[in-house]
Amino acid sequence: MRAVICAGPPTSGKTTVLRHAARKLAERGRRLAYLKIDVQYCDEDELFARELGIPARKVYSGDLCPDHCSVLVLGDALAWAARESAEFLLVETAGLCLRCAPYIEGGLGVIVLEATSGMNLPRKIGAMLTLADLAVVTKIDLVSQAEKEVFRANLLDAADIPVIETDALHGINLEPVVRRIEATPELVEPSRLRGSPPMSVCTICAGKKEIGWEHHYGVVRALDSDLFYRGQ
Amino acid sequence: MDIREISLIGGFGKAGGREPVARLDMRMGDVVSIVGPTGSGKTMLINDIALFADANTPSRRRVLVNGAPPPAIFQEDPSHNPIALITQHTTFLSDLPVREFLRIHAKIRRAARQESVVEETLAFANELTGEPIIERSAMTELSGGQTRALLVADAVVIGNSPIILLDEIENAGIDRLRALELLKRYRKIFIFVTHDLRITLLSDYRVVLLGGAMQAIVARAEEERRVAGRIGLLDGIMVDVRNRLRAGERLAERDLIGELEQVLAAPSAEAVR
Ligand SMILES: Nc1nc2c(ncn2[C@@H]2O[C@H](COP(=O)(O)OP(=O)(O)OP(=O)(O)O)[C@@H](O)[C@H]2O)c(=O)[nH]1
Ligand SMILES: Nc1ncnc2c1ncn2[C@@H]1O[C@H](COP(=O)(O)OP(=O)(O)OP(=O)(O)O)[C@@H](O)[C@H]1O
Ligand SMILES: [Mg+2]
Ligand SMILES: [Mg+2]
Ligand SMILES: [Zn+2]
Repeated sequence: MRAVICAGPPTSGKTTVLRHAARKLAERGRRLAYLKIDVQYCDEDELFARELGIPARKVYSGDLCPDHCSVLVLGDALAWAARESAEFLLVETAGLCLRCAPYIEGGLGVIVLEATSGMNLPRKIGAMLTLADLAVVTKIDLVSQAEKEVFRANLLDAADIPVIETDALHGINLEPVVRRIEATPELVEPSRLRGSPPMSVCTICAGKKEIGWEHHYGVVRALDSDLFYRGQ
Repeated sequence: MDIREISLIGGFGKAGGREPVARLDMRMGDVVSIVGPTGSGKTMLINDIALFADANTPSRRRVLVNGAPPPAIFQEDPSHNPIALITQHTTFLSDLPVREFLRIHAKIRRAARQESVVEETLAFANELTGEPIIERSAMTELSGGQTRALLVADAVVIGNSPIILLDEIENAGIDRLRALELLKRYRKIFIFVTHDLRITLLSDYRVVLLGGAMQAIVARAEEERRVAGRIGLLDGIMVDVRNRLRAGERLAERDLIGELEQVLAAPSAEAVR
């Protein structure tokens, strides 16, 4: 299984980017599965299932921090994608916490940022940007050439990663994103988180990087369960 | 890379047929107009150029630079892109103050003489606007006309882009003929999408679009310079009439006929100017 974790602030264009990329990948015969993690509402799973006919599902984190939730359920989700005989699992995060970075070692971490956000945004984002492999800048159709250049310079100032500017709405310049996804290697077990989310209130926060609820304590959940307590 | 020529290899129109114009070559120094009715694909054509289309847009056109496929760096890093597209947007989204934004942009472009380049950009922009731009104000506070003026000035001076695409500059609230005059001082390829007949007549050639396809490339004939001159005189009358109406005056038919007769009587040489 190859994992693509796509993070980025709400409405930055994560779905739009993944949708175009997924279509191109599907056209080349790649088998995909899609998972969206959100707090209390999202309908991307229906979109991916309807438009691309790929296995797609969602999980609501409810009272959990959505990025922590993703750490708990991702182990199950990778197994689910494998059962669906997918080669790639595309995960779209809720993107609510800029300090959390739900990227995993060996997977492709993609941050999606919109060019229309403030020029200083890249400086405000921590791990979600710095631990990513690739930054996709969307909505370049809405800004001037000069703004594009200044946004990129600020981004590169904050993180030394490749930047791809796109007009995701019209599917423009997504080919390089697709190439990066295709080049993602197979995951090596066990999957581990790249960084530690801040604020030590649970075993994930406290630095335990193992993927899968079986490795964590406190209030946890599985992909198909409600929240439950797992004590030591 | 020293750009001498950019070419557009014809693709397909909206109805799916091959474009009548198989190839459009634009050489350094050319001033080009893209003309055609609303919806005929003018914006699409300059977007194709701006994206270095490679048979991957709906028109399936391809762009060549100096006769060859463009280097990847043009698209990988916006500050290495030789093309500046001035779209119909009239707002900035950047909240930085004007001078600071220009300074950052000049630094990214590694412009020598950063400070003087910023001065030159502001001066250029102010020549196009009615009200001068206040350098301390945020980019977002500029008026529509000021925004377009600054975009044009930034692309020409700081960006120093050899190829400039302008979508309907006549609707920008800036003096279009003054803009054309200032722009022509720089040696670049200028491509105007325009409904304005004077911009069209001041161009070296015009590309005629219909149904999403390039129909013809029409070079400006020598005689059309004289036609343009006389239309300029007519334009002067219109401007004068507009000013008089704005000043609360009444118009007399006799005056208008007199002015029109002067346009007819003007010697060809004077009409050209
Ligand atoms: N103009 C323009 N609009 C875009 C672009 N990318 C995305 N959008 C629009 O931005 C809005 C939000 O895009 P989504 O892809 O739903 O954003 P998201 O990051 O998935 O949002 P959440 O999942 O709700 O956090 C939609 O209306 C998109 O059509 C772009 O490159 N240009
Ligand atoms: N060769 C083509 N193939 C497919 N679609 C095309 C082609 N050319 C143009 N179109 C489509 O036709 C529509 C109108 O084109 P466009 O916006 O470029 O027109 P325009 O000439 O700029 O109009 P206006 O004068 O109103 O600005 C757009 O949706 C565009 O995508
Ligand atoms: Mg989404
Ligand atoms: Mg148009
Ligand atoms: Zn936690």
